[in-house]
Amino acid sequence: MFRRLSRWAGPLPLALVLAVSLSGCGAGGSAAPSSASASPAGADTTLTVFAAASLTGTFTELGRIFEAAHPGTSVKFNFGSSATLAQQIVQGAPADVFAAASPATMKTVTDAGPATAPVTFVRNTLQIAVPAGNPAHVDELKDLTDPKVKVALCAEQVPCGAAAVKALDAAGLKVTPVTLEQDVKATLTKVELGEVDAALVYTTDVPAAAGKVKGIDFPEADKAINDYPIAALSGAPAPEPAKQFVDLVLSPQGRDVLTKAGFEAP
Amino acid sequence: MTPSSAPTGRDGARRGPGSAGGVAGRVPWILVVPAVLGMAFLVLPLAGLLVRAPWPTLLERLGEPQVLEALRLSLVTATLATLVCLLLGVPLAWLLARVAFPGRRLVRALVTVPLVLPPVVGGVALLLVLGRRGLIGQWLDATFGVTLPFTTAGVVVAEAFVAMPFLVISVEGALRAADLRFEEAAATLGASRWIIFRRVTLPLVAPGITAGAVLCWARALGEFGATITFAGNFPGRTQTMPLAVYLALESEPEAAIVLSLVLLAVSVVILASLRARWTEIR
Repeated sequence: MFRRLSRWAGPLPLALVLAVSLSGCGAGGSAAPSSASASPAGADTTLTVFAAASLTGTFTELGRIFEAAHPGTSVKFNFGSSATLAQQIVQGAPADVFAAASPATMKTVTDAGPATAPVTFVRNTLQIAVPAGNPAHVDELKDLTDPKVKVALCAEQVPCGAAAVKALDAAGLKVTPVTLEQDVKATLTKVELGEVDAALVYTTDVPAAAGKVKGIDFPEADKAINDYPIAALSGAPAPEPAKQFVDLVLSPQGRDVLTKAGFEAP
Repeated sequence: MTPSSAPTGRDGARRGPGSAGGVAGRVPWILVVPAVLGMAFLVLPLAGLLVRAPWPTLLERLGEPQVLEALRLSLVTATLATLVCLLLGVPLAWLLARVAFPGRRLVRALVTVPLVLPPVVGGVALLLVLGRRGLIGQWLDATFGVTLPFTTAGVVVAEAFVAMPFLVISVEGALRAADLRFEEAAATLGASRWIIFRRVTLPLVAPGITAGAVLCWARALGEFGATITFAGNFPGRTQTMPLAVYLALESEPEAAIVLSLVLLAVSVVILASLRARWTEIR
């Protein structure tokens, strides 16, 4: 027994010292004022925003505006497919704000836990995206039914795919795509690379690939308008800045940023 | 303390001689504790799948046509990809192991790049070469009217690209470990290089080829990133199990768990049999 203990003479004190110093850090003692962890009010707060991939450009800009108006608060984004983000939040990811590309994905979150009532802040419509030069001569939605035209759509499980199905149903058309992509950016990439002749993507995504991709409006897009809801999540790590961020998005200034990128006001 | 540690100690001692050769006695806790934590870290997520699985509806969900389709496609493409890897990878491994040529180290490094490359990057690279506008793809399309993206053949290509290094490394290792004297003896008896390769070398490294092929198959079965990037996702044609899992997670997490369980079961069976194979070689 004693011999066994003596074997610990080396590593044990070291482990204790490590443990004590680590716990000292966590307790946020009077020393170390530069520590990034929880500090007194007024100092660094982090606001975590989960937002649909299609909001990447606009929300990054809004985040910069927010940080400028609220010194000491930094905004961190997690952009991705709305459905994936919703699952992450439901599974306990620490998000303060959720901005989704469809009411259905927002509902997943509000059903699972408390959140302020979601507000629709923008709407988005679909466009046909074709590669530069439009090799398959696509002019209207009906051209996508031609079996010689390779079409990429978003999978029905994600909002851009649900919208595509709605638009095609409204037009009474049946399109057989060559692929069902997992989000709108992946769909657009297939057009950009010229691997498909056409795709249905959000109007707001086309300018991002300007030069390589041309957007074509079609009348049935009106039947598949996507509402984007935003909500501050209760139980969020930073509830106050969360509310302020939602207010910024809904403010005239926020709307300005969003409409400039091609989103429609609700 | 002593009563609780004693049985573990005996257990450890029992295992010790099997592999390390009998350093019996005290259990070095400083190694055992992190080892157990490490094992828990690797195994717990898998246990999580088992705990959360919707067991009552499991069979019903497995019988859904789309699941069966994805499973069938996965098994078929992984097998075809393995065959492609065997046809191309075994000669490649032989070249790397037996022929000294300038730049061999560089070639060996390049051949294993897909191992560490993010699969999505692999998919993009494949698109740029074999896509409709790609260097070779353009020519394939113009000459034969063949385009690989969005086809089952494209899935096989993506899987083979990612899985081939596993086979090449295994076979090359086996070739390097094999006794050269058998081949030399065959040569002195007048056998040609091809006969030596077929009648002496191949049988000699057969266990290594089998192990490599199984590993290659398992990797192809789990391939996701390169497949979704290069071959796209369409049920029945390019939607393999990993893709089905990813999309199911978007809308129906329970279905994703069921699909994951199937992949997990297949992988464990494969890898367990592989380990048996390895110990057999010893």
